[in-house]
Formats: sequence, C-alpha cells, structure tokens
Amino acid sequence: MIRLERVSKVYPTSARPALADVDVEIDKGEFVFLVGSSGSGKSTFLRLLLKEETPTSGKVLVAGKDLGRLSSWKVPALRRSIGTVFQDFRLLPNKTVFQNVAFALEVIGKPRHTISQVVPEVLDLVGLDGKAQRMPDELSGGEQQRVAIARAFVNRPMILLADEPTGNLDPSTSVGIMKLLDRINRTGTTVVMATHDAAIVDSMRRRVVELSLGRVVRDQTRGVYGYGA
Amino acid sequence: MRASFVLSEIGIGLRRNLTMTVAVVVTVAISLALFGSGLLIRKQVETMKDFWYDRVEVSVYLCGEASTGSQCQGVPVTDEQRRAIGEDLRALPQVQEVFYESQQEAYERFREQFADSPDLVDNVTADALPESYRVKLVDPTQFDVVASAFAERPGVEQVQDQKALLEDFFDVLNKLQLLALIIAGVQVFAAVLLISNTIRVAAFSRRRETGIMRLVGASNLSIQLPFLLEGVLAGLVGAGIASGALVALKALLIDGQLRPTFEFTAFVGWGDVLSIIPWLVLTGVLLAGVSSFVTLRRHLRV
Repeated sequence: MIRLERVSKVYPTSARPALADVDVEIDKGEFVFLVGSSGSGKSTFLRLLLKEETPTSGKVLVAGKDLGRLSSWKVPALRRSIGTVFQDFRLLPNKTVFQNVAFALEVIGKPRHTISQVVPEVLDLVGLDGKAQRMPDELSGGEQQRVAIARAFVNRPMILLADEPTGNLDPSTSVGIMKLLDRINRTGTTVVMATHDAAIVDSMRRRVVELSLGRVVRDQTRGVYGYGA
Repeated sequence: MRASFVLSEIGIGLRRNLTMTVAVVVTVAISLALFGSGLLIRKQVETMKDFWYDRVEVSVYLCGEASTGSQCQGVPVTDEQRRAIGEDLRALPQVQEVFYESQQEAYERFREQFADSPDLVDNVTADALPESYRVKLVDPTQFDVVASAFAERPGVEQVQDQKALLEDFFDVLNKLQLLALIIAGVQVFAAVLLISNTIRVAAFSRRRETGIMRLVGASNLSIQLPFLLEGVLAGLVGAGIASGALVALKALLIDGQLRPTFEFTAFVGWGDVLSIIPWLVLTGVLLAGVSSFVTLRRHLRV
C-alpha cells in the first residue's frame, strides 16, 4: 500500500537530511506507529505520502502509484484516498460538527443527498451521534479530535495518517481515540500514526517504525515504544 | 463542486472582506468610468468630423468699406474684381461649389445666429459685415490651394478655413481624451494592486479552509474559484457602476446641458454609449480576473 525506496529528503535551509535513505514498506490494512524524538523525520515521512513534499532522492509509492511521476493535477485524487488527522484538530470554528465533516465532501463535489446520508453515519461511527449541531468550541478535546477523524474518514480513504493525534489529550481520552483508530483499522484502512506516546504504543502492540535523525533505526512487527523506555 | 456551495463561499469571503471589496469596486469603477469617457470623447470627435467635414467651407472675404485688412485699406472690392474672383474660384478643379454671400445676406445670417443677443444685433449694420464667397471643396483638406491662389489677390480681405477652427477644437478634445486615458491608466494600475492585495488578504484569512480543502483533495480549481469569482464579481460591479456613470454623463451632461446650448453641432448618440459599455464590462472582468488569477498562483500554491 505504501512503499518508500531509499528515500532522502534534505530541506534547503538545513544541512542535515530530514530523512536519509529510508526503506519502509507498509501493507494494506496494517497499523503502524512511527516513533522518534522531535525532528527525527516523522512529519516529513507523512508529508511525503501526501505529496506535500517531494523527496530529494528515492521513490515514494502510494497505492501502487509512484508519487514522483504523479502530475500535479492528480495530487487531489491521491489526497482523496488518504485521510489525515493532526494534533491540533484543524476544525473550522464557525461551522458545526456536521458542517465540518460535510465540508470535506462538499469541496470534492459530492452531491447533497450523499452528504446528508454519510455524515450522520460517520458521526455515529466515531461516537458523536447527537452532537452534529454543536460548535467545535462546545466540545471537549477528545470530541474535537473525533470530529477531525470523522472528517478524515468520511470519504472512506484507503489510508489514514495521524500526526500525534493524542498529543493534546489526556491519557484516558487518548485511549478512546486509539480504540477509534483501531476500529477504523479493522475496516481494512491502513493506519500510519506518528506519536510520542509510549504508553499507547506499548499497549497496542502493533508494528513500530522508529526514526532517529532521519534514519530508520528499528522496525518491529509487534513493538513497544523503545527499549527500556 | 456544487454551485450553491461556491456561491455561499463567495458570499462569506465578500462579507469578511467588505472594506477591501468596496475599495476595489470604487477603484475599478473610477478607472473604467474614465476609460469609458476617453472612448466617448473619441466617438464625439468622430461624430463631429462626420458632421462638420461635409459642411465646412472656405470663406473668401472680400474688401468692404469697413475692412481694416492691410490689403484693402478701406477700398471696397470692385464689381470687376468680384466677378473675376468668382469665376476663378469656380474654375479650380478642387472646388465643388461656390456660393456668393452679399453683405445683406451676411447680416441676416448674423441676426439669426445671435438672435439671443439683441444688443449685439442692434449695434451691427449690414455695412459692417464683409461680403464673401463660400467655397465648398471636393476634399476639405485642400484648403492651401485656395488660400495660396486668392489670399494675395486685390479685393480679397482674407481667406478663412473653417476646418482650421474645427481642428483646434478637436485638438482640445483629443488632449482631454488623452488625459482621461492617462488617469484611467493610473487608476487601473492602482486597481490591479488593490485587487491583488485584497485576494492576498482573503487567501490569508481563509487559510484554514483552504488548508483543509487541500488536505481532503479538493482540486486547485475548486480552491481558487471562489477567490477568482470574488475578484471578477467586484470587477463586474465596478464596471456596472462605470457604465451607469457613462449613461448619466450622456443623459445629464450631453443631452441635458450641451445639446440645448450647442444646437449647431452633433453629439454622440445612445448607440455610441451602448457600444462602449460591453468594453467596460470586458475590461473590468479581465482586469479583476487576471490580477486575481496571478495573485492566486503566487499565494495559494497547492
């Protein structure tokens, strides 16, 4: 589903590569934690998959497509097949929960009757039934992140990328979010999650890819956050 | 992308950015109104040329008792001279027609022309006005031929080309047109900068929305279209106001003031005004559209 072949990324303003010679393959339906300290290249990894960045060298393949050969007008189609969730939720504060989720469908031209059907379904899935008409600032952090996940998943993407989704949440709320991501993973969606949260990684027992200074230093199928951590 | 969704996004954008949008509309309106006035002045010059070039004559004034010209020295033209001048004029191949106007006829025409100023008419007698030959040329630019042949001739006080008077007037109008176009140009420049800045501010104030749109795979077109249409809409409203100003100019100034005052000449008609309006709309839309588009390419990279 996702393959990086000898990928390096050097930002023009930095001498040290953000990613160096990274080889990673992720199969369809996998759940992968991307761990590592700040600046280890986790975010760059995710941005490469969205073609928000292009690698300095090497090849990035997503869903069988070589992103280096993907023309710019096909990038939106790529992004429609990938849902993305962030630490800071990125909801629109002047839209209701329903409108926030519907926005993702409206801007890709989905008809209104489809929207009015699938948005309640996905809100139900993420556990926000009955809160469709709330504004984001009336919700708790965990609920806001559920809205963001609903928005990322409403289009049923093949891949869900999560960049520190529990970074702003307390541990018990985080557990709820992880259960939700796990549920989404069980529908067949490939999930790649960058995180600092050792407790979560250790409790989930899923594949762990550790980056350090832009290199893959560990790739374990049923891993923990770190040796001795 | 549904039309209703695009429209609601445009509405949100315009309301959020109302002061800037008003500034854009006003600037576009002023620049296009001046541009339109420039075009209208040109139409006016063309209209007057059509009207007058068929009517202009060369006047060959003959010496009378009241003549002060150095050639006459108070000696009126003799019958012999008058007859010879008339014959020679008719013999010229450049001349189409020749009319003789006696002092009495000149006086009647004068009275008619200045009927509004009885004081002036009362103070002038037929003797004070010169008799003349009115010469209509085949080609109104060939004045020099007549002037060089008759200006020095005894009994001729002066050869006057009405076209020269018109040219002076056209010259003034052309300068006015140039001035209007220059100011319009400066205004267009200001409008382009304003539109570009407005779009930049709009793009910045909606970076959350556009960021999410990019993320969920909205096409470039659907991200940029609301901004582009906002610009075009502002341009369109500006063009509408400019067209209204042009219509007002025609109705109030030309038809309301100038036409009753200067009855002897022709003015631009409604057809001329209506033929300019599409150009104003086109210019307004292109102006706003192109400057929005260029700005978007720089500030809304996908």
